Amino acid sequence: MAEKVTILIDGTVHEVECGTTVAAAVLNAGRSLFRRSVTGAGRGPLCGMGICYECRVEIDGVLHSRSCLVPCRSGMEVRTDG
Amino acid sequence: MSGETFDVLIIGGGIVGAACALEAVRSGLKVCVCEKGVIGAGATAAGMGHLVVMDDSEAQFALTSRSLQLWRDLADSLPVSAEYQVSGTLWVGADDEEMAEVGRKRSFYESRNVRVEVLDPRQLSEAEPHLRSGLAGGLLVPDDAVVYSPVVAKFLIDRANDAGAVLREGVTVSAIHPHGALFVDGTTVSAGVVVNATGSWSPGLTPGIPVQRRKGHLAITDRYPGFVNHQLIELGYLKNAHAVTSDSVAFNVQPRQTGQVLIGSSRQFGVDDPAIEAPMLKWMLERAVEYMPDLTGLKIIRTWTGFRAATPDSLPLIGPVEVEDGRLWLATGHEGLGITTSLGTAELLVDQILGRQSQIPTAPYFPDRSLREDIHHG
Ligand SMILES: Cc1cc2nc3c(=O)[nH]c(=O)nc-3n(C[C@H](O)[C@H](O)[C@H](O)COP(=O)(O)OP(=O)(O)OC[C@H]3O[C@@H](n4cnc5c(N)ncnc54)[C@H](O)[C@@H]3O)c2cc1C
Ligand code: FES
Repeated sequence: MAEKVTILIDGTVHEVECGTTVAAAVLNAGRSLFRRSVTGAGRGPLCGMGICYECRVEIDGVLHSRSCLVPCRSGMEVRTDG
Repeated sequence: MSGETFDVLIIGGGIVGAACALEAVRSGLKVCVCEKGVIGAGATAAGMGHLVVMDDSEAQFALTSRSLQLWRDLADSLPVSAEYQVSGTLWVGADDEEMAEVGRKRSFYESRNVRVEVLDPRQLSEAEPHLRSGLAGGLLVPDDAVVYSPVVAKFLIDRANDAGAVLREGVTVSAIHPHGALFVDGTTVSAGVVVNATGSWSPGLTPGIPVQRRKGHLAITDRYPGFVNHQLIELGYLKNAHAVTSDSVAFNVQPRQTGQVLIGSSRQFGVDDPAIEAPMLKWMLERAVEYMPDLTGLKIIRTWTGFRAATPDSLPLIGPVEVEDGRLWLATGHEGLGITTSLGTAELLVDQILGRQSQIPTAPYFPDRSLREDIHHG
């Protein structure tokens, strides 16, 4: 069994396996709206490899972080536009 | 189209040509506008869209402050996508010398009924928390604004079009003369008044006019709402901007309605290539970071360049020039202020065409004030 870490997604506590990307953690939490475009349209991960920038969320206060590239760390605070 | 005759033929569909077209058609003239590419895609799409009252000469003040009044009159009818926002200008003073400039500016503006407010270092950092500490203060001009200029150019053209102006988009003029223009496809258009409003391209159609291309770099970040609240400009800017011989950069940062931060700008003469020059861009961004260290945490999503149409005395050329067989009209040479002064320019131009009295003196912008070379059409 992989080690577990606890993160906050929009203020709610989630326990995820160590090594999970933030994108996967947010999806596993049942959420697909990661951010909103300039015109307000919902957006979520597309490429899963850092190219499309669609999966951006706020991670520990840093806006526009690509969630598909960042592994979850214990105590991490993630904010989506959802 | 060959054979058709207009009162006014405007070459160039940037914000200046667009504003002139609307003013002319509203004054009852039969107008045609020709644009080689897309409306507003020249310098108008490249610029920062800062609407600013300037104090570097009486004439610059008169034209910019009259224009700001016209912008306020227009504001209510602008579409939301024009992003008109009265964010104010905050001139940032780094040291005592620049605070002396703040004092000078303050009395200049106040004596001409422009509202201003002097900020001490504490007020400055309250107004803009991301500026570095240790700055000397600033001057806030709260009624200055920002706008997204290509949308405004399109809006002005559409309005002119609705009022009866003819628009020819995607057609390049190869030569102009006092009674009309010749297009690259061989067609012609005749007009009583022909206006060269092609900005940095204008010397190509009217050789000999004192207009030089002055390149600028810009960068825009992703959305960081609230990161910057006012249009910020360093006061060293004026010293730099007046050095017409060498390259310069200045801290010039603007909040966009989307939350994006627009970062300018550089000035270079003698470069025709629009490509991004990494050393210039780096220098410009380093200057911005000197004033706002936290900018390093923001993501830039796009960089680009544009060309200003510079004149030797920094004033635009508005009015007629005599050539062999008549007169040609100019509305060009707006350098770094053409978004601001487009509306005032249109008013001055059409006043002159119709022999109307203007709100401000017209003479400082007459093209022949500084003509050293022969003007001829070609
Ligand atoms: C980096 C930068 C920052 C700036 N920031 C500001 C700012 O904050 N505030 C401000 O007020 N101003 C600013 N400016 C200046 C402003 O952008 C210009 O002064 C203004 O856009 C000039 O408008 P224009 O219509 O004269 O020129 P343009 O927008 O360049 O329009 C000229 C048009 O003529 C067309 N044309 C050219 N040749 C022909 C031909 N032969 N036939 C047919 N059509 C032709 C072109 O395609 C073009 O669309 C900035 C400029 C730059 C480069
Ligand atoms: S999903 Fe494409 S960059 Fe993250």
